[in-house]
Amino acid sequence: MSIDLSQFYEVFIDESFEGLEAMESELLNLEPGDVDSEIINTIFRAAHSIKGGSGTFGFMAIADFTHVLETLLDQIRNGERELESVHVDLLLKSVDCLRSMLHAIQNDEPQESEEAEVLRKQFQAILDGKSETGEQPAEPEIDVDAEDQEQNAAPPTSIWEIHFTPEPHLFRTGNEPLFLFEDLSALGDVSITCDLEKLPDLGHIVAEDSYLSWVITLDTKAEKAAIQEIFEWVEDDAKIEYKLIAQIDDFDLVVSSPEDVEQSNPDEAKIETNENVELIKTVKSEAKKEAKVSEGVVAAKPAVISKPKSKPADKSPTKSDSSSIRVGTDKIDSLINMVGELVITQAMLNELGESEEFDQAKLTALREGLAQLSHNTRDLQESVMRIRMLPISFVFSRFPRLVRDISQKLDKQVELILLGEQTELDKTVMEKISDPMVHLVRNSLDHGLEPPQERTAAGKNATGTVTLNAYHQGGNIVIEIIDDGRGLNTAKIKQKAISNGLISEEDDLSDDEINELIFQPGFSTADEVSDLSGRGVGMDVVKRNINALNGTVEVTSSPGLGSTFTVRLPLTLAILDGQLVTVGSNVYIIPLVSIVESLQIDLSKVNSVGGGLDVLRLRDEYIPIMRLYDLFGHQDANTKLDNGLLVVVESDNEKVGLLVDELLAQQQFVIKSLEANYKKVDGISGATILGDGSVSLIVDISGLIKLAGLKKAGRQGLDFNKPLSEAV
Amino acid sequence: MKKILAVDDSASMRQMVSFTLKKAGFDVTEAKDGQEALEIAKSSQFDVVISDVNMPVMDGITLVQNLRGLPQFKFTPILMLTTESGTDKKTEGKAAGATGWIVKPFNPEQLLAVIKKVVR
Repeated sequence: MSIDLSQFYEVFIDESFEGLEAMESELLNLEPGDVDSEIINTIFRAAHSIKGGSGTFGFMAIADFTHVLETLLDQIRNGERELESVHVDLLLKSVDCLRSMLHAIQNDEPQESEEAEVLRKQFQAILDGKSETGEQPAEPEIDVDAEDQEQNAAPPTSIWEIHFTPEPHLFRTGNEPLFLFEDLSALGDVSITCDLEKLPDLGHIVAEDSYLSWVITLDTKAEKAAIQEIFEWVEDDAKIEYKLIAQIDDFDLVVSSPEDVEQSNPDEAKIETNENVELIKTVKSEAKKEAKVSEGVVAAKPAVISKPKSKPADKSPTKSDSSSIRVGTDKIDSLINMVGELVITQAMLNELGESEEFDQAKLTALREGLAQLSHNTRDLQESVMRIRMLPISFVFSRFPRLVRDISQKLDKQVELILLGEQTELDKTVMEKISDPMVHLVRNSLDHGLEPPQERTAAGKNATGTVTLNAYHQGGNIVIEIIDDGRGLNTAKIKQKAISNGLISEEDDLSDDEINELIFQPGFSTADEVSDLSGRGVGMDVVKRNINALNGTVEVTSSPGLGSTFTVRLPLTLAILDGQLVTVGSNVYIIPLVSIVESLQIDLSKVNSVGGGLDVLRLRDEYIPIMRLYDLFGHQDANTKLDNGLLVVVESDNEKVGLLVDELLAQQQFVIKSLEANYKKVDGISGATILGDGSVSLIVDISGLIKLAGLKKAGRQGLDFNKPLSEAV
Repeated sequence: MKKILAVDDSASMRQMVSFTLKKAGFDVTEAKDGQEALEIAKSSQFDVVISDVNMPVMDGITLVQNLRGLPQFKFTPILMLTTESGTDKKTEGKAAGATGWIVKPFNPEQLLAVIKKVVR
């Protein structure tokens, strides 16, 4: 039977990535010289598991590479070698290397890595050069006795007499002599006699002890090593003598007398020089040598494992998107409970439905049942969504390494503080927020935090801090990236914005508003493009990525004290809190997160600015009015501004008012993709099915704004502060 | 059906061992470390225990020592999964009361051959 090992690859790769994360995180916790044995053990075990698994599943390049890591780590945890920082650096580099080798496997690319070779040589140099106990990390030596290497064309038949005397405790090792004899009989003809001499009388027998010994005569063509292998496990727990009684080549018959059998002492080793008689006594050190022989035989086999013939065919080539998720059993149990409740409610409603007659009492019961159903469904929904949620620590764990590497590169001293690591969020959201967060942290390290001298000169601690804080608020997860650096240079930002044409000199903007400008495309106040940031492509991409997740990002800053970036994300991408509105006979949904306020229009506050565009003066702002009936082509809707309602929404820092007929309820909706079921429609982000079975479209605010060309109008410098005649 | 307890902190190894043994007609129970294995063992009987050495919480050697202290495991075959560089582990394993060992890495066929040495 041959088993296809490729079914285990994905699990192995996933757990290896986890192991590497654990290795990396513990390596960063290590102080050279101070060896916390639990930390070293964790690191060792991670490397050991990867080595074992990769060998088992045929990923030999990884197995060979990990072998040197494991050897070094073994020496360190045994106390044979002191941990030095050069080891830590080398191990960290190896973690990176192994990560890319694992990715190569996922992407069906060759695993061999030059980098691995380079690192391996460095490890080898350390192991060879500075091994304090002088031990060489030897590959298992196949140290075979010369006699066993006789390669005759036809193996001779040998007749062995094996004296097997187990120690009394043999049974307590779980070994069974009868199985050993069965295995011997597989090698050839066997005849066995049992010696009962040592057996005490019934009154004195200890049932668990062994008192028996045996003499086995074996007629076999097998080599001595094969026989010894059968006794491999019991060598230390038994006295075993192998006597070659006769050997029959094709032509010769050589027989000699067994008279030179001596009473064996476990400590003696005696090898007769008579070539026809071999008397090998089992001795502890001999046992080790012979153990090596059989070890050699067993260890040789893994070399036969060939490279996996078929790599998993359906593995998608993307790096970090894995198609599996680990779920705590408590969540599953909760889910099972919910479903149980649902089944009960369904049964109850079913029974009601089978009634012959419907009276008031049954109607009430029906209503109660439906309320119960609604309750069950909501619970189930929440329960299921929680399955996709994972603690944000998965993303946070990238940062200790990142901060260490970058702060070293920039010659800055940085302490990273992580708060709220257990805060959970949707797995997909988490995967997508990782890169924007990295950019924000890099930004803090590069631009926010000052070099140590500058900090001390300003009376601050030479070590700057970057804090990542995550918590739930409302239906969102909030992630703060806080640094205690020099803060944003508001004046410089203002200058840059003016020279970029984003704002003008006279614009009266608050400091916070000016700071928000850094999220505009092409914005960077760094004079030089540093390696990490400053290319001016970062912040707007960050914002766009966050917006794509239905989230928001803001910045607040105090000069000299630091900056805080606040990212808000919905807990899940599949569900939306929305406001139902009507336009004519059609029902639309506006995402609640975008709604600023809803109001009735005071006609006296409406100005017409040409091109069919109306604006509403709302306090000190001018809000362009979008007539949805016009945009969506509904004839049966209200067209009068003072007859409908204006829903003021915001997107990308632009405010717009949507004219609708009526406001209906606010509720949660399951977002269904329009693109998947129909096609992409500008201005619409998705659809849902309402309680009455009808389809309702979800409005995409930024899409709508683009559609109506309002953004362009805004950019063209329509100045709403000037009197009408001069505004255009 | 003979029952096997398979202990390893690596999920992929557990899966491979479990699958191989189940296919050969054994009833397999898995544990991810010595502690979990011991808990399971206290209330069950097994015909064979096969365990990795390096595991968190409770390692293989300690597990063997503890198992041998339980009456129902006095004579049960216990096999250790060791690596070539672990000759000490073999002796240590034996000293703790293990029956024998399998050297990693091994393939399914080798695993079955070794299991057959102790359970028929």
